[in-house]
Amino acid sequence: MEKNIIYVKNLSKSFDVSSKEPGLKGTIKHFFKRKTTSLKVIKNISFEIKEGEIVGFLGANGAGKTTILKMLCGLIYPTEGSISVSGYLPYRRKENFLKNITLIMGQKQQLLWDLPPIESFYLNASIYDLDKLEAKKRINKLSEMLEIDDDLFKPVRKLSLGQRMKSELLAALIHKPNILFLDEPTLGLDINAQRNLRNFLQKYNKETNATICLTSHYMKDITSLCKRVICVHNGSISYDGKLDLLLKKLSPVKEILIICRSESDAIKLEKSGFMVKNKRKNEITLKVENKSITSSLKAILNNFDIEDLYINEPPIDEIIGKILIKKDCSI
Amino acid sequence: MLEYRVEIALWAISGIIPFFMLNIWTNNNLNEAINISNLMLSRYFLCAFLVRQFSVVWVVFSFEEDSLMGKVSPYLIQPINPFFRYFAQHIAEQITRFPFAFIIVFLFFIFNPEIIWIPNFGVLLLATISTFLSFLIQFLIQSIVACLCFWTEKASSVERLLFIPTLFLSGLLAPVVSFPEYVKSWIYLTPFPYLIDFPANLLSGNSTNITRGFFMQILWILLLLPVFKKIWSLGTKKYTAMGS
Repeated sequence: MEKNIIYVKNLSKSFDVSSKEPGLKGTIKHFFKRKTTSLKVIKNISFEIKEGEIVGFLGANGAGKTTILKMLCGLIYPTEGSISVSGYLPYRRKENFLKNITLIMGQKQQLLWDLPPIESFYLNASIYDLDKLEAKKRINKLSEMLEIDDDLFKPVRKLSLGQRMKSELLAALIHKPNILFLDEPTLGLDINAQRNLRNFLQKYNKETNATICLTSHYMKDITSLCKRVICVHNGSISYDGKLDLLLKKLSPVKEILIICRSESDAIKLEKSGFMVKNKRKNEITLKVENKSITSSLKAILNNFDIEDLYINEPPIDEIIGKILIKKDCSI
Repeated sequence: MLEYRVEIALWAISGIIPFFMLNIWTNNNLNEAINISNLMLSRYFLCAFLVRQFSVVWVVFSFEEDSLMGKVSPYLIQPINPFFRYFAQHIAEQITRFPFAFIIVFLFFIFNPEIIWIPNFGVLLLATISTFLSFLIQFLIQSIVACLCFWTEKASSVERLLFIPTLFLSGLLAPVVSFPEYVKSWIYLTPFPYLIDFPANLLSGNSTNITRGFFMQILWILLLLPVFKKIWSLGTKKYTAMGS
């Protein structure tokens, strides 16, 4: 059984925010007397994460996902509560802790803009005390996994967003971190680049047993990488558990598109007592509860002349959209 | 830094204030008032140009930009203080400036052959050390100001305040020896005359108190270093990872 590597207990974070009225009067007032209020963006959250786990943080913009990641990697100090990552207090930023983690923020880059990525890789290798031979080995391995061998020697500014993101990833992983904090790593990437990045992360997790904490607004990232999700709503955790359980709970029905041989069969089916979503000529879409799907299908096939049928899951984005606005998703 | 050859050449040329000042001083015979010959004054301003080239610091502007753009965040979670990056950038640029600075010196000698002199190895070594110490002082002062970004976001405005005493008291516009006696005694207690005046006098062969110069340079470094460490530690606690 895997041991816990991240412990968070009653964690809170507040920021001082100054507000200003519009116009000249407001500006003068703001200059002489600033009005600042303390905004609690993370409210008393607790959770634990096991070694090797991939956990997705879900939430609307401004819910607090990124702030949680920033506290986990030690970038910002928590206001209250306790936090331990790999046995360290992250905000103390001890050398051994920093050598164990990495943070990738989509669109924010650490690569040197005018130089080829290979220069940044060797710079990072020196920062993390890797000798040149070991660094070369890791660069070769990671560039092979990420399929970016040809792009290592072109200036970063000449690379496409996808190539740049892969190079960012390589720069961030050169020291073989055990814990990855990824804040929207696929932001702005095309579908193929997103898929390649997800495949790489899966492979990296499998090969190194690294723990991955991920935020993303692309649901495909979450569904293909994370078994567990933590939903954040207004700085509080509204759900922490398995993704499939959450989806089942929030989407208790499936849609069945039935194509009847004739329109009269469709009309008969419409009047047979099933919940009808819509009907067009000989095509009819029914909503059926997950638990009665087998018996319903059996009854339909036995009693009506059916040409074809399709069972559709409701779009995942729609379900996740519901989660983002829910205060409590507990099952 | 070699990626920015043209930019660096322009920077090197833009640092020619000492030559303008030399012109003002010599054309108005101001050197007579401070009892320095035209020749020694010319050498002083040439050396002031060289010292400035190899001690100029802009870390506050780089850090402020990186801080506002959220670029500091990835640096903060690396096991090295981000200021080492800026330090390395400055050193790299100083090395790149060498040929451009020496072309300017060469041209100056062609037009003013009477000024040519070759300092001996000992003087050259001491001047190089004092220029590096001057760079360290300026780097520490600007790093302390840069750390104010954790509180004010626009720390470069504070730096502009510091620029005025640096300009007038460092010896860039006039050798410190030209100030009245009672002002001089105060100026020598500040770090400013050890930024340009001391190394330039050392290199040009003008009279200067070498022991006091090095003592004050080292003293200021030792005073500024713990201040930087403290303000850095307080600042990172305030860091909000803005822009990311």
